[in-house]
Amino acid sequence: MTQPPRRIVQLEDVKVRFGSGQGGFLALDRTNFTVNEGDFVAMVGPSGCGKSTVLRLVAGLLRASEGQVFVGGREQGAEKLQIGMAFQNPTMMPWLTIRQNIMLPLKIVEPYASSFRAQKDGAFKERADALLAKVGLSGFGDHRPWQLSGGMLQRANLCRALIHEPKLLMLDEPFGALDQFTREELWSILQDLWMDTRPTVFLVTHDLREAGYLASRILVMGTKPGRVTEDRIVEFTRPRTIETTFEPDFTMLTQNLRASIVSARTELGATA
Amino acid sequence: MTFSPRFREYFDPTALILSIFVIWELACLVFHVSPIVLPRPSQIITMLIVQMPALWPHILQTLVTTMIGFTAGIALGVLLGVIVGVSRKAYNTAYPLLVGFSSIPKVAVVPILVLWFGSGAIPAILTAMVTCVFPIVVNVATGLATTEPEMEDVLKALGASRRQVLWNVGLPRAMPYFFASLKIAVTLAFVGTVLSETVASNRGIGTVMMMASASFDITLAFAGLFALAILGVLLYGAFAVLEQRVCGWASRKNDMATV
Ligand SMILES: Nc1ncnc2c1ncn2[C@@H]1O[C@H](COP(=O)(O)OP(=O)(O)OP(=O)(O)O)[C@@H](O)[C@H]1O
Ligand SMILES: [Mg+2]
Repeated sequence: MTQPPRRIVQLEDVKVRFGSGQGGFLALDRTNFTVNEGDFVAMVGPSGCGKSTVLRLVAGLLRASEGQVFVGGREQGAEKLQIGMAFQNPTMMPWLTIRQNIMLPLKIVEPYASSFRAQKDGAFKERADALLAKVGLSGFGDHRPWQLSGGMLQRANLCRALIHEPKLLMLDEPFGALDQFTREELWSILQDLWMDTRPTVFLVTHDLREAGYLASRILVMGTKPGRVTEDRIVEFTRPRTIETTFEPDFTMLTQNLRASIVSARTELGATA
Repeated sequence: MTFSPRFREYFDPTALILSIFVIWELACLVFHVSPIVLPRPSQIITMLIVQMPALWPHILQTLVTTMIGFTAGIALGVLLGVIVGVSRKAYNTAYPLLVGFSSIPKVAVVPILVLWFGSGAIPAILTAMVTCVFPIVVNVATGLATTEPEMEDVLKALGASRRQVLWNVGLPRAMPYFFASLKIAVTLAFVGTVLSETVASNRGIGTVMMMASASFDITLAFAGLFALAILGVLLYGAFAVLEQRVCGWASRKNDMATV
């Protein structure tokens, strides 16, 4: 742990503008932050401030209007870094079963893709089923997406992001549609996974307790236009438990975050 | 799998056809319509059954020609549909041409094809192909062009190539459109075949109808029409069943998962 941590994601003065001219909308303005390899970063901020936009930038689905986005060290688009992404809407392909949906990344991402073609799905099937069992969906592998509830789809979505053991895991409100208890269970599962294999995790969430429980670092985003307004380290010892969230320090953290977001919401259009 | 809705699904259309036949039959009897002008359904069906040994080779010929033309139409249609559907620009560029081409009455094409290839099965196959290709092209292209970007993003975020996105999202997503076009296309191919046969051929149902009308055998001409209608319904039904089998997900058939 003596060598300096490698920067796996870096945004430099990034602006994102949707549309052009008068009708254009500046979604991100001079956004700067870095994520180090092995970090668990949570991003919080009011609705519509540009969190999903940041994820789409990092995933290479969107180009910055200005500024630079580096992923895995090089410029975006050129990277070979393996990304696992759970989108805000759990988009499942209706022509595939849940298990086939979850195994989709294995058909695309090397080194799995070659062996997937060679041996068909046999060995990977167990892997998918193990993941499904972990999120409480065992037995639903053969179901079709429309036969699952919103929360169940979200859990399947998480499995699809994890199956190829990505180096960088990006989760956009992955537990938003879940009840408190399932959610807390999955927090613990995600924390275990992170402590075991140490992927870099970038988690967008509206739940401040969730951010505090899971993250090593929390980025707060302000709105109109969106940018990172706060960057704080979270130092509770791991593994954290639900009890951690009842400690006074933890309550203090969530209250401070809450105050930052409240001020971000009321602070209006200070555009340069 | 309850009995009653399935039963009704077949019962209602059959009842409609039978009642039309009954009204037709009665009207001919009551108004003393001469069979030389309009034969009665009972006469037509009798003719169809009696003449079946003679008609059968022609029916077979028409069927084979249709299926060959249809197969060629599928190949060409899917190819063009994919080319046109994968890019917005190709879609906009090629669409007017396709619409123009589809507006040409295919009767006008047959003489040209006969000039090029002589009479017989080849112009019939080609007519069937050009008649059925348009709905396939349009449906495949539309299915591809309307793919939800969110679905494509799931793969793009994994670093998938354009070909992988097409293969794993675009084409499966376009399948219901493709199969929906097949049942239309197969009846169109059928129309194309018969059209060409009436103009230039010595075999097939189209030829039979031409010969029947030349010899004023109106009942035989109607028997030919009936044979065409029955075949058309059978072909349509076969592809409708295939569509349900392959693309059950599109209509969210819940029993799919347990199959
Ligand atoms: N494709 C687009 N075209 C135009 N505007 C867009 C587009 N995508 C996002 N926006 C705008 O950019 C802003 C940020 O959107 P984004 O989805 O990133 O918000 P968010 O922080 O993820 O919100 P939430 O927490 O509600 O998910 C919003 O105001 C939205 O209207
Ligand atoms: Mg969002």
